[in-house]
Amino acid sequence: MKIRLVGMVLVLAIVLTSCVPPAMQQKNYSNREQQIMRVNNREEPSSLHPGKAASPADFWPVDHLMEGLMKRTPDGKLVPGMARDYRMSPDHRTYTFTLKEGLKWSNGDPITAGDFEYAWKYALNPATGAQYAYQLYYLQGGRAYNTTKETDPVKKKKLEDKVGVKALDEYTLEVVLETPTAFFLDLCSFFTYYPVNRKVQEEFRSWDKHSRTYVSNGPFKLVQWNHKQDMVMVKNENYYDKDSVKLKEIHWYMVGDENTSMQMYRAGQIDLVYPIPNELIPLMKNKKDPELHIVPDLSIYYYDINIRKKPFNNVKIRKALSMAINRQELVEDVAQGGQKPAYGIVPPGIPETEDGKRDFQAFSGSLFQEDVKEAKKLLAEGLKEEKLAKLPTFNLLYNTSTIHKIIAEAIQEMWRKNLGVDCNLQNVEQQVKMERMRKGEYQLVRDGWLGDYIDPMTFIELFTSESTQNFSGWNNEEFDKFTRYAQSSINQEMRMKAMHQAEQIIMDHMPILPIYFYTKSYALKSRVGGVFNIVNRYPMMMYAEIQ
Amino acid sequence: MLSYMVKRLGYSLVTLWTVVTLTFFLMHLVPGNPFDKEGRMPPEIFENLMKYYHLDQPLLLQYIHYLKSLLVFDLGPSIKSDVLTVNDMIVQGFPVSLQLGIDALILAVFFGILLGTFAALYHNRWQDYLSMVVAIIGISVPGFILGTLLIHYLAVGLGLFPPALWGTWQHAVLPSFALSFMPMAYIARLMRSSMLEVLEQDYILTAKAKGLRGSVVIVKHALRNALLPVVTVLGVIAANLVTGSFIIEHLFGIPGMGEMFVKSIFTRDYPAIMGSTVFYSGILIFLLFVIDLVYTWIDPRIKLAGRDS
Repeated sequence: MKIRLVGMVLVLAIVLTSCVPPAMQQKNYSNREQQIMRVNNREEPSSLHPGKAASPADFWPVDHLMEGLMKRTPDGKLVPGMARDYRMSPDHRTYTFTLKEGLKWSNGDPITAGDFEYAWKYALNPATGAQYAYQLYYLQGGRAYNTTKETDPVKKKKLEDKVGVKALDEYTLEVVLETPTAFFLDLCSFFTYYPVNRKVQEEFRSWDKHSRTYVSNGPFKLVQWNHKQDMVMVKNENYYDKDSVKLKEIHWYMVGDENTSMQMYRAGQIDLVYPIPNELIPLMKNKKDPELHIVPDLSIYYYDINIRKKPFNNVKIRKALSMAINRQELVEDVAQGGQKPAYGIVPPGIPETEDGKRDFQAFSGSLFQEDVKEAKKLLAEGLKEEKLAKLPTFNLLYNTSTIHKIIAEAIQEMWRKNLGVDCNLQNVEQQVKMERMRKGEYQLVRDGWLGDYIDPMTFIELFTSESTQNFSGWNNEEFDKFTRYAQSSINQEMRMKAMHQAEQIIMDHMPILPIYFYTKSYALKSRVGGVFNIVNRYPMMMYAEIQ
Repeated sequence: MLSYMVKRLGYSLVTLWTVVTLTFFLMHLVPGNPFDKEGRMPPEIFENLMKYYHLDQPLLLQYIHYLKSLLVFDLGPSIKSDVLTVNDMIVQGFPVSLQLGIDALILAVFFGILLGTFAALYHNRWQDYLSMVVAIIGISVPGFILGTLLIHYLAVGLGLFPPALWGTWQHAVLPSFALSFMPMAYIARLMRSSMLEVLEQDYILTAKAKGLRGSVVIVKHALRNALLPVVTVLGVIAANLVTGSFIIEHLFGIPGMGEMFVKSIFTRDYPAIMGSTVFYSGILIFLLFVIDLVYTWIDPRIKLAGRDS
């Protein structure tokens, strides 16, 4: 009887394991005829709706499905996408976009200016709960509509009608801005500014949740979406620039573990892996692995100093801490991911001239010098001013993660060795860290920022007195003045100058300790060509080709 | 029997309600909120989102709402996904975890019992030591190490199985094995000690004295009694396996629901935390009930309805 039971169990096991869905295509390398590229998206997108996309796992696929009025070319130039051309009013507050003719959604519907108006207003509607709605605050009345507490539908509709976007006819879109915004055209290439097929959304409210109802206007369309498992995109034959798209399909997987992702790459299950586990980057770099790519990323890693807590109100003490860190050593021996030491707050990759030749960060250079001797002197002076004999032991708070830990340990050791000061390291969960930052319950805290658009302002504006992201408690009138000027000026040269000055002011006061500028490291099979990088996006595959 | 089952059902509901209430309030006590992340959002947006997910209402009101929707089996929207509701997550993830869990359970039970019995029969001989070394390795080597090694050698090195993803039976081999190793070792150790105890019993001596064959004695007489402690722990093991293992699913990129348990807590996805807790408790309570019934089949001395001598 027991034997029979075991037999039954085994049969059951075989039945169970054989009734799984048929094999997905994988393992086999895609050849030139197939033109299939496979990547790991790491997680299930939380939304593929352009208005509701909120994380890299959302916008990486969305960037391949949709396109805005403007787009970036592989060499980084900002060119019209859905738009054919645009006109700017003399005061730079009104933009009139004309769409290309004959544009079609993936289902064949015509793309109209109304689809843009509809999409932007949908994202701004407070009832949508769009995380990135603030990207549309540059539109006249955008913030007012998004933040309204109005419940009366008539009054709410009035606010909606006041938002500065209007389809004048099928092909013409008029956009009115709150104030002149020099980087508005770049914003038009951002996912929150992508259009939505109004007809489809009104017919199927959840069109964006299933591949069979999903419509796109970009290089690819979605044909399969097994939630938490994979997505398949195929070339969109209705895309106006379909001749530049060589890939026939992109397969997206959702494997969360970085190491497994790397193993899938090694085993040939995927063609591109991003990000690479940190500890593998130096190994690949030393081997001069041709498949390793390290490219700039629009983000910075820094520590906030809570200047409301004594003795960190003293600028000399803050500067001493900053000058006693050896950042080159830190990125080379500790972080090891090809990061760049930060001596300012604006990362490389933002052009400051029209021709794109001069880089903002390269032009500002190092805004302060590391100097242990000088740091010691400043610390002694600062302590004297604060009537202290010795810097009391302070706490450095960071969110739990290996990289944050080793960076913090290295800096702790540099401070101990170079300045003779002690700091305690405290690690907490990300959510707890944020709560304590909001309440100002910290002395030094690890922080970071990813720029939304390609302009220095995306970093500079963090530190104004009205910024809600300014956790150090620092503010400075002169800094605010320069920032306000650069926010509303349309004279590119003058506003860049103002931002350089603003950046210098913040580094002279050192309310944050810049540590390094992030980089993106990814591995790409050598048989795949045409993958390109935009500094604030994930690797772009629309023009990729299997060779 | 019927009155027993009704009584048990009543107890189960009370247990479930307690779990729901405790989890609900504890979860809101933990600092942080679902919208904290590295690229922080402006406070206006934060307010909109709190309103959108009804998190701006008083906690008690939220609790009452939750209980109400629970009555109609609506576990609510996930805050971290605009695409899947918590119900969707369970409906899609559970069959995957269940299948992986059953595969692992079969492996664990079959090889665990075999190994344990084998060790007991060859008590204090090399076969015994070998089995127990395997068992100790199984208990002490965590699943993620075993999984990583399996991926490295069998998938990437030898190319026998795919390193990750889910879909065909080949995909299930490595994760099932990695997942089954620890419970297998546990069952083997339990089986060995209980088998040793049973083999000492008088009735085994009697059976042997009757002239029954060794294998019949083992299978028909010893095994049945020796299985009792194994069956006791089987409920918990099964509940653990079929509701998904975060580590194994994360490591092998399996779209089960193991990841939901852990990730929802890290991201403070309140509805998903509640949903997975309710679901897990439900499964556990149900399996413990099933185990009680199985007991009576294995050992008729255990009565369901209490004392009726």
